[in-house]
Amino acid sequence: MPTDRARRRPNPLPALVLVLFLVFFVLPVLWLVLAATKTDDQLVHGHPLSFGSLRALADNWTALTSFQDNAIFGWLGNSALYSFVALAITLCVAIPAGYALAMTEFRGRKTLLVATLVVMLMPNATLVVPLFLELNAVRLIGSMWSVVLPYAFYPFGVYLTYIYFTTAVPRDLIDAAKLDGCTPFGVFRRVALPLAAPIVALVGFFSFVANWTNYFLPYVLLPQSDQFPVQVGLGTLLNSVPQFNPTVGTAAVERPELALATLLAITPVLVVFLFSQRFLVAGMLAGATKE
Amino acid sequence: MTTARRGSGQLFVAAYVVLLIAFGVIPTGYAVYFAFTDAGDNFAGLSNFVQAATDFRYFAAVGHVALYLVCWLVSLVVFVVGLALLLHRLTADAAGKALRFLYYIPGALAGAASVMVWLFLLDPAVSPVSGLLRVAGFDTFGQVVAPGNLPVLFTLIAFWTGAGGWIVVMYGALNNISPDLLEAARIDGAGPWQTAWRIQIPLLRKWIVYMVILAFAGGTQLFVEPQLLSQASVGVAGRDYSLNQLSYDFAFQNNNVNTAAAISVELLLVGLVVAGVFVARSGFFDAD
Repeated sequence: MPTDRARRRPNPLPALVLVLFLVFFVLPVLWLVLAATKTDDQLVHGHPLSFGSLRALADNWTALTSFQDNAIFGWLGNSALYSFVALAITLCVAIPAGYALAMTEFRGRKTLLVATLVVMLMPNATLVVPLFLELNAVRLIGSMWSVVLPYAFYPFGVYLTYIYFTTAVPRDLIDAAKLDGCTPFGVFRRVALPLAAPIVALVGFFSFVANWTNYFLPYVLLPQSDQFPVQVGLGTLLNSVPQFNPTVGTAAVERPELALATLLAITPVLVVFLFSQRFLVAGMLAGATKE
Repeated sequence: MTTARRGSGQLFVAAYVVLLIAFGVIPTGYAVYFAFTDAGDNFAGLSNFVQAATDFRYFAAVGHVALYLVCWLVSLVVFVVGLALLLHRLTADAAGKALRFLYYIPGALAGAASVMVWLFLLDPAVSPVSGLLRVAGFDTFGQVVAPGNLPVLFTLIAFWTGAGGWIVVMYGALNNISPDLLEAARIDGAGPWQTAWRIQIPLLRKWIVYMVILAFAGGTQLFVEPQLLSQASVGVAGRDYSLNQLSYDFAFQNNNVNTAAAISVELLLVGLVVAGVFVARSGFFDAD
């Protein structure tokens, strides 16, 4: 309707609001990136959005990596190990489960579906202390499995897969393959799985991010610093910054190093995020088409 | 054929059922068991709940979490819906896409990373918005993180990390509203406000309920933000601010797992009630 459009006076307020929020969301990230390139002195006295120097960045890198003898790499490695092992288990477990819930009939299916929905909505952090007691009872505390196995349990992934198969894959297709003599496993592997690529990517992304960013569970379950994932490691670093914790002794770290460590901690998530953006938007709306 | 199919379905879910039992059912059962027994494994009735409730920190923690939830949920609904409507109305395709992506970026900084960023932003010594902080009357980090400010600060952190994703969701839902409907409203003389208020927001209702309930469940679990803040604030913010912190403290500082479990059970109950309301009211899971 061109006439209508022409009559409407442009109102600057909405655009202004959008830009203000853009600043709110982006400025801290930008600041964080720049902070890693400064000395602590520049951080306090320089312009907040100035670039420090590559030299300062290199110095920060050296100081950070020398903290507790390369601890940061150990933490990042732990995060990667826990997240990827859990991710692999999650995919092997959640995709077949969601598929079976959507496409096959079996006893207990309805119960399992309800249990999945309930567990999915239950606040997981409240189970951390009971999980500690349980794992303590079976003497798994201190092993990497104490965090990997709880991570691998991912009802949201099962639910997403279930929704995907009920809405996006015609059941006739599965039935036809069965009639053609495919075994149940063959149907899953040759028909369902190739069709499930988008949902595998989506469940993978959500699971990876959830595992990578989890703090409470490893904080409680892993006793030793060299087992920490990077999220808990950041807490250790924070404790060693004199401006935030004046009681710290000789093992001090400065604020730019903490900023650099934070950047390192988020980079894998950002990379995965950039690559899976397309699936994300589609996936967060999975189920939106169902009324 | 039918029996084979049944068998295969159970085979496909078997591994998931094992994990569900090990990390969903058993810890829940464990929490309930510990909540109702004492240190000597004897039945203790409600005494653990009473002990939690009579702890001097308990009602403070309940109050903190409640206040935080109010701030967080209100700001989430108002700003996420508002921004999604604005984005939907205003921007051409490329600009809208870019904005949605940029709003979403902080989502990658969930967990401890977002708290780190905000520790810096809230410290007038290094903050890029130290001018704003000083105008608001804050000269030191300690003043900023005074206990009275914490609900707002945690809301800021949670909103900064979480809002982008919900804006994307709401935007998508707005896209699903038929253009004919909006066109008809316009012809009937509805302005942007009226269209939003009478047509778009009612049609978003289900998504708004979904968001509020998930955000509520997440909000009751508050842990990493107050925990790291208390580390960084030199005691200005306590280590017993939220219920989960209190539960952690009971379990690992006081060696009183029974009272810790009682708090877990309470939080689980709240979560379950909310989940029940969600399932019953929203019709979201009517896929069956």
